[in-house]
Amino acid sequence: MAARDGSDVMPMNQTTMELRGDREIVITRTFNGPAQIVFDAWTKPELVKRWWAPKTRRVGVVDCDADVRPGGYYRYVLRLENGHTFAFSGAYHEVTPPTRLVYTQIYEPTAAGAKPDDPAVIITVTFDERDGKTHLVSRSLCPSKDVRDAIIASGMEHGMRETMDLLDELVASLR
Amino acid sequence: MIETFAALAEPNRFRIVELLRAGPRPVNEIGDRLRLNQPHVSKHLRILKQAGLVDVEPRAQQRLYQLRAQPLRELHEWLERYRELWDERFAQLDELIAELKNKETSDGRKRRK
Repeated sequence: MAARDGSDVMPMNQTTMELRGDREIVITRTFNGPAQIVFDAWTKPELVKRWWAPKTRRVGVVDCDADVRPGGYYRYVLRLENGHTFAFSGAYHEVTPPTRLVYTQIYEPTAAGAKPDDPAVIITVTFDERDGKTHLVSRSLCPSKDVRDAIIASGMEHGMRETMDLLDELVASLR
Repeated sequence: MIETFAALAEPNRFRIVELLRAGPRPVNEIGDRLRLNQPHVSKHLRILKQAGLVDVEPRAQQRLYQLRAQPLRELHEWLERYRELWDERFAQLDELIAELKNKETSDGRKRRK
């Protein structure tokens, strides 16, 4: 079998993103594997560590804990190359392997821990297996439109950080 | 960007933008097409104009409303960056899934309890 190295030899499954109403972000993607594997990769800390931080954005998961059962908590701590750490944490509301997960998510901009009144996003993920492939739908319901927009802006923020890093390098090289 | 979002979040304004994609139109035609009364259409157009999403162009006796592409393009790029973030994550998840699948096959324990 050909190596799956992300080159354009094999067509990639498409990631779609859609905004629904004022407060929702819906992301869909199909994976070439059974639901049980996708569910495990989505929830088991040792596996989450391996895919959750996009490598090209120079960020790594430095700490990952998850007690995957209703009422259990999870926390992922990420660190940028420049040393800045931030975290995502929350609690599981519903855990139905390998088809459905409902959990909350709080963004900790400096990984200082979540405060009780931090706005929590409610994330519902469904894993629908068909012919050995799994169609995943992730719905993020935000407490307000502002929070939703801030989350989307975070994609840009990462991009900007990268640009800033490049700028730093350039400045250093000119010295 | 937030302004573009806010302007588009209202369903009727979103429909107006969709309609104007086909080309510039006067207020009364927008109202007819979308079954909205003129004061409503005017109100929505004013908000769209403030957000920089539409322009008015006087032509003969009419004022034609047309889309401005720039804020929509910016909005699209903004959303696209977030989508790309997930796309990158998922490409990494693809590799992991392929690896786990191979491992399951070679371990010969396809059914895990």
